[in-house]
Amino acid sequence: MIAVIIRRLIWSIPVFLLVTGITFITMHALPGGPFDTAKTPPALVDQMEAVYGLDRPLIEQYVTWLANMTRLRFGPSLAYRGQSVESFLLPALGISMQLGAFAMLFALMIGLPAGIIAALKHGHWQDRSATFVAILGVSIPPLVLGPLLYWLFALKLDWLPVAKWASLSDGLWPYISHAILPAITLGAGISAIIARLTRASLLQVLYEDYMRTARSKGLSERVVTVRHGLRNALIPVVTYMGPLAAAILTGSLVVEQIFAIPGMGRYFVTSISSRDYPMVMAVVVIYSVIIVLVNLFVDIMYVFIDPRIGHAH
Amino acid sequence: MSSSTQESATRTRATELANELASTQRRSRGLWSDMVRQLVRDPLVVISALFLLLLIVIALFPGLFAPLPYDLTSFQDKLASPGSMATSDKLAGHRYLLGADRLGRDMLSRLIYGTRVSMAVAFIGAGVSFLIGVTYGLISGYARSSIDNLMMRIVDVVYGYPTLILIILLQVFLTASSQQDPSQISGLQQIIIGLDNSTGGLFFVFVAIGAVSWLNMARLTRGQVMHYRQQEFVQAAEAIGAPRKRILRRHLLPNVLGPLIVAETLAIPTYIYTEAFLSFIGLGVQPPMPSWGGMISDAYGALRSAPHLIFFPALALSLTMLAFNFLGDAIRDAMDPRMKGR
Repeated sequence: MIAVIIRRLIWSIPVFLLVTGITFITMHALPGGPFDTAKTPPALVDQMEAVYGLDRPLIEQYVTWLANMTRLRFGPSLAYRGQSVESFLLPALGISMQLGAFAMLFALMIGLPAGIIAALKHGHWQDRSATFVAILGVSIPPLVLGPLLYWLFALKLDWLPVAKWASLSDGLWPYISHAILPAITLGAGISAIIARLTRASLLQVLYEDYMRTARSKGLSERVVTVRHGLRNALIPVVTYMGPLAAAILTGSLVVEQIFAIPGMGRYFVTSISSRDYPMVMAVVVIYSVIIVLVNLFVDIMYVFIDPRIGHAH
Repeated sequence: MSSSTQESATRTRATELANELASTQRRSRGLWSDMVRQLVRDPLVVISALFLLLLIVIALFPGLFAPLPYDLTSFQDKLASPGSMATSDKLAGHRYLLGADRLGRDMLSRLIYGTRVSMAVAFIGAGVSFLIGVTYGLISGYARSSIDNLMMRIVDVVYGYPTLILIILLQVFLTASSQQDPSQISGLQQIIIGLDNSTGGLFFVFVAIGAVSWLNMARLTRGQVMHYRQQEFVQAAEAIGAPRKRILRRHLLPNVLGPLIVAETLAIPTYIYTEAFLSFIGLGVQPPMPSWGGMISDAYGALRSAPHLIFFPALALSLTMLAFNFLGDAIRDAMDPRMKGR
């Protein structure tokens, strides 16, 4: 098992190098630099670029960046002078992660029960309505749901605050109330995907031979469904957690724009247009590392859910 | 006289033969006709298909449906509520069925012209990703394992990249390079940039979405080919010396096509949404060209004062995605033999 993890981690190194390399080249190939403004004289621009090492050959800049990266230094921000990228990306990452966690929690809380009920009541009205709502959920993107919730609950009813992110030190309710709308906006589509996956995979499992065997042994219906049915049915759902985490990551880009949350997504969009190279690189690195780690986590989770895989290795 | 009866007899026999031929043909096409018959039975599918057909017609001939040009401004009528009459003299007698935006442009007309963008992204995006992805997947799946490995590692690398981020980077790159000094760029680049400008920035959206969306298709196709290439009918074709091209086109492609069509139909809402999002953050279609995402972005700024503005583009976006999702789901169920009779 540990050998598998190590092999996977080693494999992710070339992927990581290529991803960052492509981003690095693309960013530097963009016309215009971080210090280009109409008013700055060219000599000053050259001097500024020399200070930040931007006049060096591209490959040298990349290697320097890589070396700093291994010590978790992402360099100085070019747009916010005098501050390092990590000094404000880390709080932003924290906020994005909290938003993502809330969204995932919401998605699981709605999606799993809905999928299970739909499969157990296959063909009944519960199944049909759950399936219908799930298609609706996939078709109402954050871009539509966000403004709708914003208008209804923040402007019209004035139940929930928006356009801010509170920390836990502000109190429990302010913290949660700020997170509710963004988390629902981000999680709704994911919960629909989870519900559909759970339903489909549980339906397939319910008619397996081992289910009949378990019943014929005299096990109660509840034990059969949960211990034998659900546990097997959840494997495809867990497999899909990797792509789902990626979906939450990119989805938070949208949601942070809509609700003006100071997370990573907002920094990403603004840093591209201001040619803040270190910032863009940092965001891309963090995103790809998260995706690699989630996929690794999924692989490990497999073993716990599906004992067959552990023995095979 | 006798010649005419002979003739009619021949004709009857010919008809019989034709009928027989037609019936065997129908029997051999059973899967497809079964599928269509099952699809037509579901009212939701029929409604979705008709709705999409309507959108295609609107997208092809927006001028026939739109009461006003999409960029006609009338400042007296800014943020006009739905159903109100135009106040300016030049538009006397015009009724804003869906209201007017913050520049006094008719929302209905903009919505209708916006259909063009979403439909173009849906079909051209799907076409590009299908063409590139399926070709790539077919070659990779049928090639030697060393070539297959190389081709799939390339896919893996791009796959490890968060999709939306790659699209944003590409889009920024493309739009930034189009704003360069015209004297510095070559003729081909100028043609491409001209194409992009004349489509209001839509061309680069196609390129950015197309560059990313074929990956899934390629993986799926390769998986399918790997499954079928070991089967007897492919081995038989190889044994009688059929050239590779023929095996790929006549034997493998028809067999792998089904799941690919389903996957592509279900991917279309993502393309539509990606364009809407790009336009929302100002990286997509350039104003004044209307796109539903851009309209949502515009209206979002005026959510307090004119919440009705966001309603119609949001509804249009969701309904279109919904129709494609319904259709894709229904085709998948209709193709799945296990779903028969359910």
